[in-house]
Order: sequence, then C-alpha cells, then structure tokens
Amino acid sequence: MKHRTFFWFILPTLSAMILFIALPIVSVFVQSLFVAHEQVQVVSESCGPFGCTPTTSIDLEATEKLREEQPLGRFNGLNTYFNRSHLAIADIGEAWANSDSMGAFWNEVYNLPFYNALTFTLTYTFIVTPLVLMLGLAIAVGVNNLPRALKGVAIFTSLLPFLVTPLVGSLILFWMVDGDGVIGATLQNIFNDSSLSLKGSTPLMWTMLMVYGVWHTLPFSFITFYAGLQTVPEDTLEAAKIDGASKWQSLILVTVPHLMPLVSFVTLMLIMDNFRVFEPIVSFSAEAHARSLSWIIFNDLRESGNPLYASAGATSLLTIILVVILMMPVLVRTWRDFTRKAH
Amino acid sequence: MATAAQSRLTPLKIASFGLVLLWLIIAAFPFFWTFWGSFKVQADFLSKADWMNAIRGTNTIAQTGSAFTTEAYRGAWIDEAFWFNFKNTGIVVFFTVVISLTFGTLGGYALARSGFRYAFWILMAALVFRAMPHITLVSGYLLWFFEWNVWGILPTTIIVLVAINQPFTLWMLHSFFKNIPKDMDESAMVDGCTRFQAFRHVIVPVMWPGVITTGLFSFLLAYNDFTVTVMLLSEQNETIIPAINSFMGTTQVEGKVMYAVAAVVSATAPLFVLILFFQRQIVSGLTAGAVKG
Repeated sequence: MKHRTFFWFILPTLSAMILFIALPIVSVFVQSLFVAHEQVQVVSESCGPFGCTPTTSIDLEATEKLREEQPLGRFNGLNTYFNRSHLAIADIGEAWANSDSMGAFWNEVYNLPFYNALTFTLTYTFIVTPLVLMLGLAIAVGVNNLPRALKGVAIFTSLLPFLVTPLVGSLILFWMVDGDGVIGATLQNIFNDSSLSLKGSTPLMWTMLMVYGVWHTLPFSFITFYAGLQTVPEDTLEAAKIDGASKWQSLILVTVPHLMPLVSFVTLMLIMDNFRVFEPIVSFSAEAHARSLSWIIFNDLRESGNPLYASAGATSLLTIILVVILMMPVLVRTWRDFTRKAH
Repeated sequence: MATAAQSRLTPLKIASFGLVLLWLIIAAFPFFWTFWGSFKVQADFLSKADWMNAIRGTNTIAQTGSAFTTEAYRGAWIDEAFWFNFKNTGIVVFFTVVISLTFGTLGGYALARSGFRYAFWILMAALVFRAMPHITLVSGYLLWFFEWNVWGILPTTIIVLVAINQPFTLWMLHSFFKNIPKDMDESAMVDGCTRFQAFRHVIVPVMWPGVITTGLFSFLLAYNDFTVTVMLLSEQNETIIPAINSFMGTTQVEGKVMYAVAAVVSATAPLFVLILFFQRQIVSGLTAGAVKG
C-alpha cells in the first residue's frame, strides 16, 4: 500500500486517537504543573472616628477575571507531585526518621492518600488476576468435559457477569451482601453479630471488592481458555496417555504449556482492566475503606464547583507511568517478535 | 468420540464438575435474585428479618394485596423519567457504534495491508492507549471542555467514546482483515480499481461478520461506560448508567431503593437479549485476538 493511500485510510482513526487520547495525556501533564489562582486580595483602609484600620477583602471581580484569563492557574512546577497528596517525599522522610519499626513507618505511609490508593489498587490487581487465571483454567477444563448440550448453557450463563455493566453488576452484588441483603443478613444471623457488616469493616470490604472483581472477570479468562482448549492437539494427548500419563499429568504437562501464549494474553488484559478498578468502589460506597487510583482522580474532579485539575493531573500522570511500567514486559516482547519477523 | 475410559467418573472429574456447577450458580443467582426481588417492596427485597420474605413476598402482600407489584418499575420509568435516560443512551450508543466502525474499518484495513514499520508502531501505540485508565483521559478533557463550552452535551460524549473505543476496534479489525486474502483486493487493483474502489467493491461485501463482532463490543463499551458519561454529561443529558448512580444518591434517603433496583433490571435486560442472540459472535470476538496470537 502506498504511503499516501495509507495516510488517507488511517487519518480518521489516527486523528481521533491523537486528539482524544494522546493530547489529553499531554494536557494532564500541563495541568499538573499549575495550581489554582489564589484569590486576589485588596487591602483598603477604613477610617472611622477612632482612626484608620487596614482591612483585607477579596476582590471577587479581579479573581474571576484572572481565572478567566489564565484558566490553568499559576505555574507551580513539579511541586504538586511532591506535596502531601501525591508522592509526599517530605512526609515519607519524616515518617522514616520518626518511626521506630517498619510497621509504624508503613502505617504512616499508608495514611498518605496516594500510597493508600496505590496499595489498594496493586493488592486488588495482584490478587484478582492470579485467582481469575487459575479458576478460569479450572472451569474451562470442567466445561470442556461437559456433554455438548450443557456447554452452550454454561457459556451463556458465564457471559452474564462479564458483560453486565460494572456499576450495575456491583450494585446487584452489593444489595445481596449488604447488612439488609440476603447473604449479609443471613451471615449476621448465623454468627449472631449485628456489627458484622460490609460498611463497618475494612477487611470485609476489601474481600468483597475482590470477590466482585473475580466474579466480573472470571468469564473472560474462562472463555479464552475454553477456546484455547479446542486447539490442543489430540495426538499429543493420546501419546501422553500411551506413555502412562494420568489425566492430571497430561493437563499440567501437555495442556497448560499449550495454553501458555494465551495465559500471557489474558494476564495482560486482566492487569489492564483490574488496574483501573473504579465502579465497584462507587457502587459499594467503599470510599471509607478502600480507594483506588481511579477513584481519587474522580474525587478530585468531583470537588464541587472547583475541580482540582492540578491534583487530578498529577495523580493521572503517575497512574499512566505505572500502567506503562506494568505493560513493559509485554511491549518489549512484542517488539522483539516484530524485529525477529522483520529479519 | 467418548470412549468408555473418557466417560468414567474419576474423583478429579467430579471435583471439576462440582466447580463448574458452583460457578454457574454464583454467576446466575444474583441476576435471578434481583429480577425476582424487583417485583417486591423494599421491606421484602432487603429483608433483615428473614430472607424467605423476599421469596414469599410477605410485606408485598401486606402493602399491595398481591405477591408481585410493578410499583418499582412505574416509579422508575414514569416518576423518575427513566425512559428519557434510555433515549439518551440510545443516541449515544448508536452514533458511537456507527462512527467507531467507520473509522475502525478504514484504519484496520490500512494497517492489515501495510507492511511498513510505522504500521507496527501505530498498533503498539494503540495497545498502550487501550491500557490507559479512562478517568486519566477524562481529567485531561474536563478543563478544556468547560472552556470551550462543549461540556454536558451528547455529541462531546459520543466523540470521546469513539476515540476511547478506537484502539480496541483497530486491533480487532486489523486481525480480521489480515485473514481476508490479499489477492482479492490486489486482483481488483490489477483490473484497474483504485485502492479505495477495491476496498469498496471487494472488501466491504465480505467484511460484515468481522464488523458485526467488533460492533457488538463497541456497543458494550458505549452502553456500559460510567466513567466518561458521569463526568461529561450534565444532569439533563444523563444516560442510564450515571442516572442509576444518581438514583442511589437521591432515592436512598426516601426509601426508594426499589426504583434503583427496577432501573438496574431494566438496564440489564438489553444485555441479556444481546447475549441470547449473539453468543457465538461474542465468544469468537473475545478469543479472536488471543487464539490467533
């Protein structure tokens, strides 16, 4: 294909991606370098019968004008990145100097908003992802052994939690496990403990968010592995059986290695999706116990009437850097494959 | 072909069937429960005293005289004007899917037919773009949309959703077009067609299976989106998903959780129908990128 034709074909999609994905990333960076204007103050002397006193008042008009002229705010350099709400270098240094044990230090760090969200996001990603991979493979093997008529039903049922809107899916689960819901109330009755509630306990909330994560993404890994199982060569399985391999051995030694490329694909997708965990926190009203990186950005932008663009921008950029780091192994491998093919 | 050895039940097999059964119950039960409960009153759906109330509908009978009531649906659709949000969702989803597919087929075709190095880089960039959490992109738009006075309206949301959808669409259609033999359009070009004519007359007639599969996923992305719609749409233009969220905010205090339940069931119904009719395409789409590697 000629360069010129290629250009015209790719133009619409490329301009959409540059304008609404690449430029916003630049914009996020620019925003993070500025902070909102301080209010313009005027000092005026009000003189009364007992002499003059200087009073400071806020010049609303001038403030408004300044905000209009420079919507980004005033230049602040990289300060936003290092303040208490983000990387908090100073606070960490202080915590390191003042705390006598690792535990105490960690407690201090965990109370900083960015690290708090980072801890939850990473924990969520690295607990949900392996669980989903293993359970997905186990269920795929199980479904593969089912009679043909049942396979369709199994796949249909499994697709529901995956395709349902995340916000809606998490609400459905929330209504069941909440203190008044069928599972929540029954558990309270069994343990005879009315304080046993999702809203009152951080470990319970984390567990439930991860249960939702597994429920929601398991179908993806299950269906991908199930499709992969259809391509396992019969001959190899037959040969393994003749050589005396048990079912379990041929699963671990033949089937799983055959699925390995799929495993890395599914892992990549799962990490990408789990890292942006956001909707369940909104649905579960979990913000008192668990906040993710996406949620704190959302919260900054939601700041009523006066969104904290700088803060949201800084967190966004840190998040983007983390995403790229997480994806690095895959990107490097794809690039190697490509250059090998090219030679 | 099931031989005797294969169909014999071993403990391993029983365990694996047990796991599948358990999963299917966990996957389906919440939907049944919520659907059933949406025809009850709140005292039954969220019954602290006894969960059997939700099945027997004790309070529903006491309050309305019958075991089933459509009160929640009436409240959500008429009192809270949920139909209006559905209409907005319809507009957003329709235009997002149509524009995404138009851009995606052109781009995906070009990438599949171009062996140049930059085609690879575009695909790599798309993969990175696909991984960006949507809220980070939204925080890049918000200020500018307010400045240019385009915040809150449907067209802005549609364009943003199209763009966010492009990386995925591009990858999927790229791998789909790769499977259409090169000879088809190239022989048309030997016969004197331009590249675009070859695309229009040779490729377009055979591309529909791939386009429909990709379209299903574009539909899901636009329909299920919460992050973009909640940040970029004003209250008058809300689509169903942010509307359900604001339902939760306003109705919980009034004890009208049932409206939200009815809205949730209404929002899930179209997806249910979609899976019913397009299960095969969805499954093939999910695995398209993966199995071909």
